[in-house]
Amino acid sequence: MSSEEKIREFILENYLFTDDQSELNNDDSFLDQGILDSTGILEIIFFIEDEFGIKIKDDEMVPDNLDSVNRIVAFIKRKQQE
Amino acid sequence: MCGISGILNLGQAPAPSRSELEQMIHALQHRGPDGYGFFLDGPVGLAHARLSIIDLEGGDQPIHNEDCTVQVVFNGEIFNFLELREELQGRGHRFYTRSDTEVIVHLYEEYGDDFVLHLIGQFAIALWDARRQRLLLVRDRAGIRPLYYSIVQGRLYFASELKSLFTQPAVRRELDPVALGEVFTFWCPLEPHSLFRDVRALPPGQRMVVEGGNLSIDRYWDWTFPPGEIDDSRSVEDWAEELRELMIDAVRLRLRSDVPVGAYLSGGLDSSVITSLIHNFTDTALRTFSIGFEDDEFDESGFQQELVRYLDTDHTHVTCTREDIGRIFPKVIWHAESTILRTAPAPLMLLSRHVRESGYKVVLTGEGADEVFGGYDIFKEAKIRRFCHRDPDSELRPQILRRLYPYLKYSPASSGGAFGQQFFQQGMEYIDEPFFAHVPRWTTTRRSWKFFSPELKAAVSGKVDFESIRALLPPDINSWQPLNRDQYVENHTLLSGYLLNSQGDRMAMANSIEGRFPFLDHRVMEFAARIPPRYKIRVLNEKYLLKQSMAGLIPESIRQRNKQPYRAPDSQSFFQNGKAAEWVMDLLSESELRKAGHFNPVAVDKLLKKCATGRVIGFSDNMAFVGILSTMLLDKMFVQGYSSGTFT
Repeated sequence: MSSEEKIREFILENYLFTDDQSELNNDDSFLDQGILDSTGILEIIFFIEDEFGIKIKDDEMVPDNLDSVNRIVAFIKRKQQE
Repeated sequence: MCGISGILNLGQAPAPSRSELEQMIHALQHRGPDGYGFFLDGPVGLAHARLSIIDLEGGDQPIHNEDCTVQVVFNGEIFNFLELREELQGRGHRFYTRSDTEVIVHLYEEYGDDFVLHLIGQFAIALWDARRQRLLLVRDRAGIRPLYYSIVQGRLYFASELKSLFTQPAVRRELDPVALGEVFTFWCPLEPHSLFRDVRALPPGQRMVVEGGNLSIDRYWDWTFPPGEIDDSRSVEDWAEELRELMIDAVRLRLRSDVPVGAYLSGGLDSSVITSLIHNFTDTALRTFSIGFEDDEFDESGFQQELVRYLDTDHTHVTCTREDIGRIFPKVIWHAESTILRTAPAPLMLLSRHVRESGYKVVLTGEGADEVFGGYDIFKEAKIRRFCHRDPDSELRPQILRRLYPYLKYSPASSGGAFGQQFFQQGMEYIDEPFFAHVPRWTTTRRSWKFFSPELKAAVSGKVDFESIRALLPPDINSWQPLNRDQYVENHTLLSGYLLNSQGDRMAMANSIEGRFPFLDHRVMEFAARIPPRYKIRVLNEKYLLKQSMAGLIPESIRQRNKQPYRAPDSQSFFQNGKAAEWVMDLLSESELRKAGHFNPVAVDKLLKKCATGRVIGFSDNMAFVGILSTMLLDKMFVQGYSSGTFT
């Protein structure tokens, strides 16, 4: 399963609670669309760290890195290349 | 404290029978295990289940006036009954008991429907005026004691709890989708709704008159904050002194009882105030009870022990485990008769059982202090959000938000700068609305709607939104100071609809325990409405005036500590080693969910799996889980007719 698929599945299962793939576009903003609740971002960070074996620093916890499927995929790629 | 029920014919329906009244009142035996009383007269029937607290020998109800033309059954206490009795005797009224109930009938003779304005207490009253063939139902100002009614097939049925009404086949047991939508937004059905289509609650501070087939309801009291009544001229010291005297009197009146009185001790400021006032200003032997948790995140045992040592009280401590909460939850819902979004009522039911087993029937608690004196984080959060709104481009102002929720393991304020700020920026478009403070809470709660079935979504669509609250708000509320608006909304939603009802009255009465709440003495509430808001929350120091008034009376460590709201483990209480209890799996199975029709089985299954992983750390998932589980229990027990024992 690709990073994108893993992240999509995680979001659909844990925040949208559906199997309907059409409910999530890879560019949907988690914040603007209300996909995450106040602590949801922490759950995503735990998931990324566990699943992809990377450590996210405080200053990396910003919407530019984490606010959509595509942004997370790109962020993980960058981190894995570090 | 007791339970009441009754029937009134509104037209040509058959006269109420003794057996109907017996069915209704027997369903309330837990509220009044010490005996039953009945009154039948033509179109009306009244019934009473008694918990003997004052005038143990002579206080059986119904109670009547001198010529038996006024009859009353009542649930609660009139704390100033001694003063009222003396005054009424001075006016020539003759008493045949020593009970507080009897002042009601004589006050009614003196003042008519306004008799209620003379009462200091917590009450749900049903009074029959035989001369005028007129029924009066009254509920206390804050909504401490419950009173529900249903008008079906030409009759008015009323009772302290819904389960009494449901003994009558005429009252349908159907959940009201609009009320469900309201609970999954505001945490409670909005006044006057109950969770059931046929049943309404008489709202706090209101009275109903039924006469000549006509029914009317009016509001005799409300907790309002007109700016002109706020006194800006007095010093903090001056206010603090008046508050201390008022609280001493509120506590003193609530110790009136012919049975021993205890007190809850949470380790927080509010219960410390109550216990300290009992200790310092009355000759009552202090007997205290507290609840603690195995989980450090929720436990306050350290502070409780500190106060126990400080006051040298005779103390009982009960530790509540997650398994306890899961085990008793069906019984909690049987008594709460409502969808609830948190498990917090469950430990209080456990605690009231221990109180009862210790031989006590009455406890004083600190409930209400947060609403009355500005203790909740929601008030501080709104204060900061309003402060941020004044300069939306400021990067420094939102940093203050980090000072909120220090007690949470996972807090919105700590969840990454931009993401945390986004949470608090929700609802800024409501900045001028009286419910501005509540928009983040309600937005989080409404996330549960994604678990609604298509049918429930269709039924609530366009019928429940933030605007629904507007019908409950006074016309001049926009002229009030912001904190006062927040307090009003909190009082008419969370306090009366959830805390006093599901978490307060029901969890205590499940074990025949009467709670008494000095902070909800209407004189204390009216006093608080006159205080400038800056003395309630000084910068971000909550309940500032209350703390000032208690200097020297409680340990400094408790007086100065940050508030930790009372909470209990939520979804985790229903899982062990990643597996849900069997009854939870059955209840949330696809077939049961489809049968009930309220929730989407696919979405609930995913939530169940998420909870099983132990990864559920946020409010919204926990609220959704507890809300769905409690609604399914409600459906199973009250709609489908299963007993709470089925689930354990």
